[in-house]
Amino acid sequence: MEKFVKIEGVGQTFDTKQGRFVALRDIDLDIRQGEFVALIGHSGCGKSTLLNLIAGLTRPTTGALICDGREIAGPGPERAVVFQNHSLLPWLTCHDNVYLAVERVFGGREGRARLRERTRAALALVGLSHAENKLPHEISGGMKQRVGIARALAMAPKVLLMDEPFGALDALTRARLQDELMKICEVTRATVVMVTHDVDEAVLLSDRIVMMTNGPAATIGEALEVKLPRPRERLALAHDPAYMECRAAVLDFLYQKQAPGEKLAA
Amino acid sequence: MNAITLTTAAADEPAAPGRCRGAADAVRAQAEAPPARPRPAAREPLAERLGALALPLLAPAIGLAVLIGIWYVATLKGGGIPGPVQTWKEAVAIFSDPFYRNGPNDQGIGWNVVASLQRVALGFGIAALVGIPLGFLLGRSAFLAAMVNPIISLLRPVSPLAWLPIGLLVFKKADPAATWTIFICSIWPMIINTAVGVQRVPQDYLNVARVLALSEWKVITRILFPAVLPYMLTGIRLSIGTAWLVIVAAEMLTGGVGIGFWVWDEWNNLKVEHIIIAIFVIGIVGLLLEQALILIARRFSYDHS
Repeated sequence: MEKFVKIEGVGQTFDTKQGRFVALRDIDLDIRQGEFVALIGHSGCGKSTLLNLIAGLTRPTTGALICDGREIAGPGPERAVVFQNHSLLPWLTCHDNVYLAVERVFGGREGRARLRERTRAALALVGLSHAENKLPHEISGGMKQRVGIARALAMAPKVLLMDEPFGALDALTRARLQDELMKICEVTRATVVMVTHDVDEAVLLSDRIVMMTNGPAATIGEALEVKLPRPRERLALAHDPAYMECRAAVLDFLYQKQAPGEKLAA
Repeated sequence: MNAITLTTAAADEPAAPGRCRGAADAVRAQAEAPPARPRPAAREPLAERLGALALPLLAPAIGLAVLIGIWYVATLKGGGIPGPVQTWKEAVAIFSDPFYRNGPNDQGIGWNVVASLQRVALGFGIAALVGIPLGFLLGRSAFLAAMVNPIISLLRPVSPLAWLPIGLLVFKKADPAATWTIFICSIWPMIINTAVGVQRVPQDYLNVARVLALSEWKVITRILFPAVLPYMLTGIRLSIGTAWLVIVAAEMLTGGVGIGFWVWDEWNNLKVEHIIIAIFVIGIVGLLLEQALILIARRFSYDHS
């Protein structure tokens, strides 16, 4: 097993007005290349904090994070982030939002025509070729999120980090984007870390589900390998015993061992 | 970033950049609504079509009529203030030749307005050149903001006219002193609004910049500048409004050519009709300046919601 992302003994404390707040402690996690890992837990369990640490947006108080053999010292385009609220720049068209990222990553080596080609390819991958000249406020929430995904994918990142990317969408749109994401991952063989609070989403998409204990001082409670064959079919899985088993295991963790508001008796 | 708070009245203004403020609403409805209102379909009954026009056209017209009516009634019995009819006749005479020159102290109203606008443009332009970059610096650096904010809070409430003697002393001439006064009154809203705009750039956009590891130049041109522009334009609009208020008073004191001086001159000549005409001219020019900036702000506003 190739350890592509290594998280070793990571802890994160914040200094607040009420004193020190321990958000995360003793996080150890290895992620293989091409693996799809879901981070799940109740709100406030620090799963987004962990994602931000991998992104390099924040630095850990203790421990170390390594990506592809190099310590993560700050944010960078090799670890692209799909933000919870899409974070498109409202004054740039969909094309230009993606182009900004493409230009940054490949601008030094490639000509404009090639950069545009990459931008168009990324938008085509998420099925938004028709909207490339629209401004973010002219398209729906689901489409914005897809542009956000296209922007991240266009950077050809080593790791794709997604912070509840579909959390703000309605159930039908969410299902469609999940299916699209699965197809994209199949094609690009991307390494993905996704924060979610949706059990079905976690089981459907991931190779491994990392379940986190309740905060403060949250850590990894359990990790579950999802050994369902790919490509996965939403409808077929609904009655698949292996799927149900995974789902039950995650639900059991979330609502029995880590019932909301209860602290793990450690 | 939250460490800096500019607690001033103007700082609260840009909460809705590019949108109208209450005070300007009534005038705006008059000036803009007719073209903005979609044309009613031909099949609609006539009464409904007339009803659709009532708010944008009829209401302001009635307001104006009431104002002139009160003016007319109040001046019926004579006295110092001329009535609307007399004023109208004078206005026709004045505007039939707005650009005449009979020596430096007797020029048409057009030249006076142009002279005032030139002073405003110069003082305001210098204020923008200094104030906007300074606002950016204050927005980016909490230390600098903490250093400069007390000074701004101290100087901002001072009437710009209090600076006029300093200008006269330094420049030894009336004209640059008036420009200096405009500079001083225009600079505060631009500094404050730009700084607030920079502080309110959403963290999400800055995170995008960090993940992409954009160069400082790209961050400024692609993220900071577009995000701050609506706030900046609000500052510019407030500044222009104040500058136009102040120029009239400043010119009364400095003399020369200019709409403010013209008002004072006509007062000395006891031509009260001309003073009333000047009041309307000042109001209309101020209104046009504000409208022009609202249009620009709307053009550059990314917030279309």
